[in-house]
Amino acid sequence: MPRYLLSRLGSLVLSLVVASVVIFVVVQVIPGDPATFMMGLNATPDTVEALRHSLGLTGPLPLRYLHWVGGMLTGDLGTSYTYRVPVAGLVLQRLQVSLPLTVYAMALSSLLAFPAGMLAAARRGRGADLAVMGATQLGIAVPNFWFAMLLVIVFALRLHWLPAGGFPGWGGGLWPGLRGLTLPAVALALPQAAILTRVMRSALIETLSQDFIRTARAKGLSQGQAVRRHGLRNALIPVLTILGLQFSFLLAGAIIIENVFYLPGLGRLIFQGITQRDLIVVQSVVMLLVAAVIVVNFAVELAYVLVDPRLRR
Amino acid sequence: MRRGTRRRVGLWLGAVLAGTFVTMALLSFVWTPWPYAAMDIAQKLRPPSAAHWLGTDQFGRDVAAQLMVGARTSIAVAIVAVGIGMGAGVPLGLWAAATRGSWIDEVIQRGGDLVFAFPSLVIAILITSVFGPSAVNAILAIGIFNIPVFARVTRGGALSLWTLDYIRAARLAGKRGARISVEHILPNVANLLIVQGTIQFSLGILAEAGLSYVGLGAQPPTPSWGRMLADSQTLMGLAPQLALFPGLAIVLTVLGLNLLGDGLRDLMDPRLRRQA
Repeated sequence: MPRYLLSRLGSLVLSLVVASVVIFVVVQVIPGDPATFMMGLNATPDTVEALRHSLGLTGPLPLRYLHWVGGMLTGDLGTSYTYRVPVAGLVLQRLQVSLPLTVYAMALSSLLAFPAGMLAAARRGRGADLAVMGATQLGIAVPNFWFAMLLVIVFALRLHWLPAGGFPGWGGGLWPGLRGLTLPAVALALPQAAILTRVMRSALIETLSQDFIRTARAKGLSQGQAVRRHGLRNALIPVLTILGLQFSFLLAGAIIIENVFYLPGLGRLIFQGITQRDLIVVQSVVMLLVAAVIVVNFAVELAYVLVDPRLRR
Repeated sequence: MRRGTRRRVGLWLGAVLAGTFVTMALLSFVWTPWPYAAMDIAQKLRPPSAAHWLGTDQFGRDVAAQLMVGARTSIAVAIVAVGIGMGAGVPLGLWAAATRGSWIDEVIQRGGDLVFAFPSLVIAILITSVFGPSAVNAILAIGIFNIPVFARVTRGGALSLWTLDYIRAARLAGKRGARISVEHILPNVANLLIVQGTIQFSLGILAEAGLSYVGLGAQPPTPSWGRMLADSQTLMGLAPQLALFPGLAIVLTVLGLNLLGDGLRDLMDPRLRRQA
């Protein structure tokens, strides 16, 4: 176990380093001089030079890279060129929208997919299974941002049940905040739930054909008991893998969905960064997103070990 | 209905749906009901009618014509992205399988893991922040994300082939790894690649729609389904049908390609059949 952990930890650090180099090279090396790029063509040499100094863009590239990475590790993500404030503060503020949104969507998607997948697996080949599979086939084909627009038309513009966009913040309590995030979370969750349902179903079917399920049935458990006590745990590994993968898709999806609902999250921050040529913001936020994906997948691999003791060697 | 019959229905339905949109895209080169960029402000935001089958947008442009030309954008971006993924991913996968267990294999696999940490949207954001938005960026972003997908599928399929007797025989006959990969391994993983290609094609259409929706894809005046949806968003209260048709086009195309992919998988190799 310690050896396994150590080697996984090693590859985690390596991935983070390589990812940070790639991002740094794309953002700071390829455009030539970032300061000139950010100021545009009409800037005088003096103003470009001033910007270069204020952003710490002087000195050789390797030093600048180390400075950036060192800063990230100590919570300093650089200074936004347009907002003139530390990027870390902006990110923290935006995370209060993006993180709850992603978690909310993941919870909804799991709540929907687990029972649906179990139902389909238990009723394999029958009406309920066909209905679930048909629904997932459709769910996979629907772009989440279009689904979001349909939700707005029906639940916000026609029925007036939920707000069409914007976010009131968490200051007014939990409920107004959750209300603002409900339509975005549903839009994010449904296509993901379709994929998760399929994985859940096929993992369960695979597990249910194993000998130990037959043994469990033979010792007198009902099919439902056998599934709950022995089937679920064994079907969990592929489901966990997909949940980990989905986290990255949810984060990416959240970026798009935030634009549909005008939510002040990380996604809006990135797009504002792009349109305003605020490279520091883009660089740091992209690194954070990629790091989140890498760390979550690392956590998933650790979770395998918890679910399956055979991997603890 | 028997399982086999049901699958066959899926295959045909998928082929018809996907075929319809490819035909629409091809037809748009020679004919559209109206010139797709022709504006007629007097006729703006009309509901579907005999003259404009799917109505008109906020500039009075014909929605049906826009959809047809938009299909061209979606399909072109997705196909080229699949081409990039296959072009780079398949050789990498073959190489990894031929040198299985070596450091080359390890580097290719870990490299793939790394790319998976960059969702295509994030790649597009990176490229766009430096080069500005364009359809080419969308192609690159989706294509780069496709590379490890094809590398993995190829490697997985090739690994099991390398243990077979006829491959060993080829080895004994003095053929080198690269030649065996091309002459014996590649033809036998072609089925896998066609199926995966269909799936990545449909994912590419979804990704292109998403990218052009947030403005990172094809730029005006090139019509694209994603941007039609983005444009319709401010008009949702006024003309909800504008938000309906491009979305339906995306769903039906993707649904068709997925059904086609599943059907092809069963047809070509029953062993690969999904648990159903």
